[in-house]
Amino acid sequence: MSEAVTPLTARWRHGRKHSVSTVAMPTGAQLWHRYSLVLAPAFIAGLGLVLWYYYNSLGVGTIAQIQVSSALDWETKLKPQLIQHLTIAAWSTLLVILVAVPLGVLLTRGGPRRIAPAVLAVANSGQALPAYGLLIIFLAAMGQGGRTVVVALVVYAILPVLRNTMVGLDGVDRSMLEAGRGMGMTRMQTLLRIELPLAVPVIVAGIRTAMVLNIGMATLAFLIGGGGLGITISSGLKLNQDAVLLVGAITVALVALTFDWFGALAERFLHPRGL
Amino acid sequence: MAGEPKIRLDHVSKIYQGAEGPAVAELTLDIDPGEILVLVGPSGCGKSTTLRLINRMIEPTSGRIYLDGDDVTDVNPDQLRRRIGYVIQQIGLFPHQTIAENVATVPKMLRWDRKRISTRVDELLELVGLDPRVYRDRYPKELSGGQAQRVGVARALGADPSIMLMDEPFGAIDPITRESLQNEFLRLQEELRKTIVFVTHDIDEAIKMGDRIAILGEQSVVHQADTPERILAYPVDDFVRSFIGAGTAMKGLAFERVGDLDLAPFDEGRNGDGKPVGTITADATLFEALEEMLRTADGKTVVVDESGRPAGVVELSHLSDALRTAQDEARRHYDELGAAS
Repeated sequence: MSEAVTPLTARWRHGRKHSVSTVAMPTGAQLWHRYSLVLAPAFIAGLGLVLWYYYNSLGVGTIAQIQVSSALDWETKLKPQLIQHLTIAAWSTLLVILVAVPLGVLLTRGGPRRIAPAVLAVANSGQALPAYGLLIIFLAAMGQGGRTVVVALVVYAILPVLRNTMVGLDGVDRSMLEAGRGMGMTRMQTLLRIELPLAVPVIVAGIRTAMVLNIGMATLAFLIGGGGLGITISSGLKLNQDAVLLVGAITVALVALTFDWFGALAERFLHPRGL
Repeated sequence: MAGEPKIRLDHVSKIYQGAEGPAVAELTLDIDPGEILVLVGPSGCGKSTTLRLINRMIEPTSGRIYLDGDDVTDVNPDQLRRRIGYVIQQIGLFPHQTIAENVATVPKMLRWDRKRISTRVDELLELVGLDPRVYRDRYPKELSGGQAQRVGVARALGADPSIMLMDEPFGAIDPITRESLQNEFLRLQEELRKTIVFVTHDIDEAIKMGDRIAILGEQSVVHQADTPERILAYPVDDFVRSFIGAGTAMKGLAFERVGDLDLAPFDEGRNGDGKPVGTITADATLFEALEEMLRTADGKTVVVDESGRPAGVVELSHLSDALRTAQDEARRHYDELGAAS
């Protein structure tokens, strides 16, 4: 599913368009949007099935070469790597949300708004740096291990969530805030009851992007001792064994697609009614 | 003016940092209970700023604001605003909330119980002419502009505030719908008797809606604050004269009813000579009488009673007398004011 890499702005506009013209007949984009929720899992299931047959046909632990059997063993290699991979992605995404959403809220308020461009520039550099370089910088600063990977990924993936939070909040029509304040809502009430609910689709789109980035980036975690499915891919390369490489790569792709689909579901179901 | 004003602005100024002069300079204005005061003036004269000073959406730089005699210049602005209805041109309905939830905004903040809120919402929707059974659970995007502003008014009336501030509420609505909303709003006001401050840049809307009109110039200086009749009959200075524009005296005719005139008797021989003579009823305005005279190219119009029988005749001289009387009355009023101060 190509949506994972759609640029943020395009994604945002797409979301808006979807929200504005719900009364009219669904356009092509909307139809695709609707069916993608069904098509994606079908595609994921198909790919999973292919992987399953391919994996079984290799005869891991029986007829396969000892190197292949060792690299692709489920209990000692693939399963722990998958768990590590998901743990890294989950923690980094969770931390990104915990940091970027409140920061985005703060940077769209009165005084702190002035430093927003500076903060965005820093966040931008996090994503502009080569991912590999970023990992090495944090390796130097924090040493080996999963914790370093998580911190590096947070820095890497903070931008989409931060920027979407700010864009989402700024996109809320000023007249609603004027009306809300005019009726005696406090600033906190306008934030919680009007701004955030209306910004949710855009914020969730940012989180979805960050999550998919993190799942992809966790593939590099093995470079600094963080584990993950990157180990299998790297073994495949080193051993020059295409089977190992394929199983590793397709597994990562399956994980990314699956979670992207969860993201799409969240976007769909967290979309405020009435929009 | 008798009794205590509902709203009193006492030498209120607003100076924006970095701006050359004050946006509002030393404004003093009393607004009586139950009246519609229209603030009207050219764009940028500070009329919206003045309105927003009352509920302190804009904090005054100096001066005091009183509601019901209480100084509210320093009270908690959020608490204050829950007592004051606020309607804006852009309406600002919350698109993710149903009509009922929108209307319930202030009662919910005031922690009314659910049953009371629900009853109140239905009552308000009925009041603004929307069937609650149809509209309660709809979302704002399903409404037309006119319907949305009805909901805007209902929402502003949520907790039954005694004061309403309206900032060009019908400004973005097509002329035909605007006309009917204005009429309905005036009918509503007959019932509700709220104290309303109404901002517009449209002098005709001001004349129609206002019990009194305050004509504001630069920096919200009040050039004239009076009833529409008096302002039309006797603009105090060139600014007011040019703002209310041409044909103002004629607009004043719309405030007087044919029934209040001392009609000339209907004379079968003189009036019934077969020429096409327009007829009107006693509750028509003098403006309508004039229109009828122009239409029939006749210097008079026959007034008929409910059964269609002629009851008398309005003549052109009635109209010029009415204009002169209004002018004289207004001049005398301002002379007295001048003498008193």
